[in-house]
Amino acid sequence: MLRAGSGAGVVAALAAAGFFAPGEALAAWAKDAFEGKSVADAMKAMGATASGASGDVQIVASDIAENGAVVPIQAISKAANTQQIAIMVEKNPNVLAAIFDVGPDVLPDFTTRIKMGETSNVTVLVKADGKFLTATKEIKVTLGGCGG
Amino acid sequence: MDRREFLGVIAAGAAAGFTFPGREASAQAEAAALYDAPKFGNVSVLHFTDCHAQLLPIHFREPNVNLGIGSMAGRAPHLVGTALLKQFGLKAGSRHSFAFTHLDFVKLARQYGRVGGFAHLAALVKRVRATRPGALLLDGGDTWQGSGTSMWTNAQDMVDAAKLLGVDVMTLHWECTYGQERVEQVAKNDFAGKIEIVAQNIKTADFGDPVFEAYTMREINGVPVAIVGQAFPYTPIANPRYMVADWTFGIQEENMQATVDAARAAGAKAVILLSHNGMDVDLKLASRVRGIDAILGGHTHDGVPSPTIVQNPGGKTLVTNAGSNGKFLGVLDLDVRDGKVSDFRYRLLPVFADLLAPDAEMKALIDKIRAPHLAKLQEKLAVSEGLLYRRGNFNGTFDQLILDALMAEKNAEIAFSPGFRWGTSVLPGEAITMENVLDQTAITYPYTTLNEMTGEQIKVVLEDVCDNLFNPDPYYQQGGDMVRVGGLSYRCDPTAGAGKRISAMTLKGKPLEAAKKYKVAGWAPVAEEAKAAGGEPIWDLVARHLRAKKTLAPPKLNLPGLVGMEKNPGIAT
Repeated sequence: MLRAGSGAGVVAALAAAGFFAPGEALAAWAKDAFEGKSVADAMKAMGATASGASGDVQIVASDIAENGAVVPIQAISKAANTQQIAIMVEKNPNVLAAIFDVGPDVLPDFTTRIKMGETSNVTVLVKADGKFLTATKEIKVTLGGCGG
Repeated sequence: MDRREFLGVIAAGAAAGFTFPGREASAQAEAAALYDAPKFGNVSVLHFTDCHAQLLPIHFREPNVNLGIGSMAGRAPHLVGTALLKQFGLKAGSRHSFAFTHLDFVKLARQYGRVGGFAHLAALVKRVRATRPGALLLDGGDTWQGSGTSMWTNAQDMVDAAKLLGVDVMTLHWECTYGQERVEQVAKNDFAGKIEIVAQNIKTADFGDPVFEAYTMREINGVPVAIVGQAFPYTPIANPRYMVADWTFGIQEENMQATVDAARAAGAKAVILLSHNGMDVDLKLASRVRGIDAILGGHTHDGVPSPTIVQNPGGKTLVTNAGSNGKFLGVLDLDVRDGKVSDFRYRLLPVFADLLAPDAEMKALIDKIRAPHLAKLQEKLAVSEGLLYRRGNFNGTFDQLILDALMAEKNAEIAFSPGFRWGTSVLPGEAITMENVLDQTAITYPYTTLNEMTGEQIKVVLEDVCDNLFNPDPYYQQGGDMVRVGGLSYRCDPTAGAGKRISAMTLKGKPLEAAKKYKVAGWAPVAEEAKAAGGEPIWDLVARHLRAKKTLAPPKLNLPGLVGMEKNPGIAT
């Protein structure tokens, strides 16, 4: 399935499957955003100046990661005219893990697996109707052992 | 003449052919008062959990430190000693005080004797079932692990004992440490048509397909009742992931709601969750998931005399926790009428071995299981001058013995031992047998280790485990106790944030240096590389240490200095 940091790969695969025109897929590779070292950097590079937490954005993931190297994350948007969904891991060296460009006929509900170095807030950022909406959840990465 | 001498006289008298009808009659009356409450309602469910493969009656000292933090402070299960007695209206010195608290443990253990054991549990199950036809027996898991015989027979002893006991439905945790193939093999063969494993939160790691049924529908006296299963959510984290490489767990709250909704839609008039979440997680889950009538819980080994009633958007949910090591049998009676649960009775019955005649068939099975291993189990390694026990948030005397043995045998300055909650107790003056040592150590990844760790790495380990115990959000807890620490002194502030709870770390009076390397001994590593590296099993190391000693002085507990816990009713001296 999908792997960590595979945002561009996903877009390319979807483009190949006919979801996007190739030009759109290429435009989706946001180099500055993927090289952002903080949530603010990544958001700025994506053009998000102001954003707010929204019940229309859902992040489904376990509270404690079973394996920090492959953490399953589901990002869902219920906002009308969703254009983009991004997943950001606050404490990863490069904050942005994935961006999904959402065409008009695509259901804005993606599951991928990301890599996490340590316990961190994970934020799903949705661009819909030109506005930016978020949902955040803490996912714990632990050394393991010592249970019950 | 004290009680002990009196019992000695009784034994001598019995040997000489005298009988004591008066005492026999009073024991029968005591048993009747304890065990023969009349049936209530029309649906009864019996529950035991976390027996940790203890087939014989044992001693198990309950904790004097079981701290609740944040919203969990001062409420069940985070009450110990007199605070627990007061909350549940129990009398000091009574049989119940002995069963549920650490108070006067040694004195009361000599007075009331051992608890649990499958032959005595079987007798009690039959006794309660006699007045409750159709009652189901639920096993909350942690049944296959915790003894020498369970480990040596690849859990076959407990698989056979659970079948004979008449378990109907079970869920999982330590069972998984025999490997996913072994669990599936037992489910498909030994358990087929007899015991059903349910777990809504175990899925295949690749496509998320269910491994077991999420729930089972059973008809009790004509009432359809759904039993939903919840395995321990953090099995691949707390135990080696390689043992369940193709399975994924987690709390899976949304799937839990979907499962409960599906069971209701399929006609369930009562929904019971058989849970291995741990009580704090169950309390939070009960406040958020709608439609569960009762959670019969385990994992955290909390013997809680009566349920906590939790409000949620769908109504009310009872949350129970049924202790450990075979000490208790939970009896839940529900009155289901007009399509819903209208009232309930719940009792957590302590299994007093001296009040119950052992079930003959179960006793024969246990004797047969133990016979090939008896000589090894009964080897007397040393005599203990003090009480040996494990349970408690920070340390126990048996863990201290393990830490002392690790440091001595591995020539280490610091030792770590996992904060397991299972493990039986040894009374002062008793011999420590190989069986006692295995009760504390019998796991499928028993390798001892010796590593060089920097002061900084040591702090990271302590902080990580401490957050698993004291995170204010129960969903981020794992339900074990704090890693036991030998050699190193430290201070702990349970209410501080993650990464900020541990301070004042010193070794032989000197502050621990962040960059300096220290020799640290341990056991039970969860990494697969540690399995490949091997390492002497912990029980061999501890046994060698004890044999050389002959007599063991009471271990001196290394406990952290606690900050801000003075008024917490989850701690007593």
